[in-house]
Amino acid sequence: MSLDEYTRREFKQVGTRVRRPDGVDKVTGRALYGADATAPGMLVGRILRSPHPHARIVAIDTSAAGALKGVKAVITGADLPVQEDNFIRDVQDNCMARDKALYDGHAVAAVAAVDAATAKAALKLIKVTYEILPHVTDVDIAVKPGAPVVLAGRTLENVPAGMSENVTSHCEFGHGDPEAGFARADHIVERSFRTAATHQGYIEPHAALASVTSDGKAELWCCTQGQFFVRTLCAAIMEMEASQLRVTASEIGGGFGGKTTVFIEPVALALSRKAGRPVKIVMTRDEVFRATGPTVHTSMDIRIGMTKDGTITAADAHLRYSGGAFPCGTVDMGAQAAFAAYDLEHVRTYGWNVLTNRPKEAAYRAPGAPQAIYAVESVIDELCQHFGLDPIEVRLKNAARKGTKSSYGPTFSDIGLVATLEAAKQHPHYCAPLAPGQGRGISCGFWFNFGGNTCVSLNVNTDGTVGITEGNPDIGGSRASISLMAAEELGIPYDRVRTIVADTSALGYNDVTDGSRVTFAVGLATIKAARDAVKKMCARAAKIWGIDEEAVEWKDGAAVPAGPNAGKFPPMALAEIAAVSFETGGPIAGHHEVNVDGAGVSFGVHIVDVEVDRETGATKVLRYTVFQDAGKAVHPSYVEGQMQGGAVQGIGWALNEEYIYGADGRLQNPGFLDYRVPVASDLPAIDTVILEIPNPGHPYGVRGVGETGIVPPLAALSNAVSRSAGIRLAELPMSPPRVLAALDG
Amino acid sequence: MVKVRLWGSLRQAAEGQTEIEVEARTFKELLDRLVETHPGLEPQIRRGVSLSLDGVIYREAWFTEIRPESEVVLMPYMTGG
Repeated sequence: MSLDEYTRREFKQVGTRVRRPDGVDKVTGRALYGADATAPGMLVGRILRSPHPHARIVAIDTSAAGALKGVKAVITGADLPVQEDNFIRDVQDNCMARDKALYDGHAVAAVAAVDAATAKAALKLIKVTYEILPHVTDVDIAVKPGAPVVLAGRTLENVPAGMSENVTSHCEFGHGDPEAGFARADHIVERSFRTAATHQGYIEPHAALASVTSDGKAELWCCTQGQFFVRTLCAAIMEMEASQLRVTASEIGGGFGGKTTVFIEPVALALSRKAGRPVKIVMTRDEVFRATGPTVHTSMDIRIGMTKDGTITAADAHLRYSGGAFPCGTVDMGAQAAFAAYDLEHVRTYGWNVLTNRPKEAAYRAPGAPQAIYAVESVIDELCQHFGLDPIEVRLKNAARKGTKSSYGPTFSDIGLVATLEAAKQHPHYCAPLAPGQGRGISCGFWFNFGGNTCVSLNVNTDGTVGITEGNPDIGGSRASISLMAAEELGIPYDRVRTIVADTSALGYNDVTDGSRVTFAVGLATIKAARDAVKKMCARAAKIWGIDEEAVEWKDGAAVPAGPNAGKFPPMALAEIAAVSFETGGPIAGHHEVNVDGAGVSFGVHIVDVEVDRETGATKVLRYTVFQDAGKAVHPSYVEGQMQGGAVQGIGWALNEEYIYGADGRLQNPGFLDYRVPVASDLPAIDTVILEIPNPGHPYGVRGVGETGIVPPLAALSNAVSRSAGIRLAELPMSPPRVLAALDG
Repeated sequence: MVKVRLWGSLRQAAEGQTEIEVEARTFKELLDRLVETHPGLEPQIRRGVSLSLDGVIYREAWFTEIRPESEVVLMPYMTGG
């Protein structure tokens, strides 16, 4: 994808706040989520999970469960194939353990029965003989030589010798000579940080209904961020051809990255194949917490040097991330993102991925970036306090801009960080007075954004309406945005366009709804599909008028002669061309298939005011403002929603959310009563300021907005709490007990 | 010739270099030449890499043209949420 996609234009519909197409269904309860799927003869699937964080599975006796009346199938890891490919094997082994249970909650067997009570009773009859193994759930312990080894033989060639076998990969980024830069600093802050694992906290638990027929075909309905990727994974695990497995995505009640892989889908398929009947599995909340992916937990050391005028002379970071019991590459993303907001002559980041006996990490909005940037932005704030400098001025002084060689390698083109910082500096929030005991924090945030494989079909109906078929579940308003872009391009009203999300049999491959890609990439493909349809409609008009196709152009929703030499014909609207399409050559459709690049990186700045109760340690969030570059906000309400949602999830991460493991290696808080996400009464209104610095890689200048918003809140909150409490905090979450302990010294 | 910048942890797989010059006109040719000239890079390239070309990140795109004056940076395969 070239960087010359963007053309400046005046929009007629893009940028308006049209009604959302899924609104009526959702508020009236008609929207069909994963658990709403049903099929004749459907069985209930349930999964038996390990109570041990680390144990060898010596034997599993399923005979009693299988003999129970009403039980139609029982499976264990032995019912699934041995996989050669490491990636597929890890996904499969996470869905169903084979030789070892690797974390509390790891699936070890499953049953399908005529009802939930029978399935539950059957699980109790399964006898698993475990050999308990030593476990490790803390990254700082797991990284040490001599720690219990979670998975042997998974260390990549890039890991230096002498480290624990739990260290599976290493990365290093940066340029310059940090030690020379530190020597020029007037002051250096070196501090260690820790962040807890947090869950994406989507409202809808995972659900899947599978139906495998005796001739080898299969249907799968599930809540997912990517039905095509589900098909890829499940076809590999089930040893099926992709064409024989059709996957349909339901409406989705939140994903945030956590529904970009499979957990129960292959299990439901395997049970259905064995039982010869449809099988539905719906996870409980307890299962969601114990067995689906939270984000990584981390331990980080940051060192930054600064001169007294606020110039950063050097920076380095050592990041240790654990994504649970299987290798992951999240630390690579954190290490690249850590210093991306700054124009640095000397910078280096080092990352290590470490195995622990915890659930397999799944992506969570900007995976890896919030943690590293939290630590970096905290140290920047501490340096600002040390020198008595304004936090925004210091960031502006050191900000990355067009032409900056980024800390991860490439040179930035058009980016919006300076504009975002300037907007924050000029906003009334930044100069509003604070009462005694209150603190204000700010932080920058960054995310890469992606494009990816995308197919769109655009069908012109004979009544002049348009149907769009795309392949990405709508988790952030994409159907409205896609319809808006098609309406803009075609020159017809938004209400005449309907976008639907196709199953895997109806469209070519589409990458997962992740990487903030959908409005950018599917939008781009939609615009190009619309242009394809326009070209065909111009050709039809040319035929009707008896002139050359090149002599017709598209203007305001109609074909018109391109100039005075083309002849005099009244404009022929889309509906008129569509009405005679059968007579002029057949149905009219536009298509576009592409692997999109040029997503354009995204920056944001958050400001937050807080007050810490010194008696209870509780933090009250008083005011919050988000500034973010959207490139072009196609539907501003949805963009604001993404910015607000990211901020709220980040507030939860910063203040309360954490996976708490006991000494026994078991998760202590697998439920929303003990895992505390923010609720409305915890929050002020989240104010938003959208900036629009066009992305040259998109025809309308669009950038992804879904992920950047969760990056700055961690440090913004930490900086605010630290200033309010008068003591620098360096561990998340800043829960009341942790704040009290810090205050007590 | 195209100058390719590697990320730091690939240095040991490239005989201590973080910049390598290869003859390549496309992303695919570049990857092939890197594997031929520096076999130690093959495991990482097989696992997946992204390519930044003049500041634009490409995750696949074998046939993306590379000009001799282009800034080329090899990066880990990018993933999101």
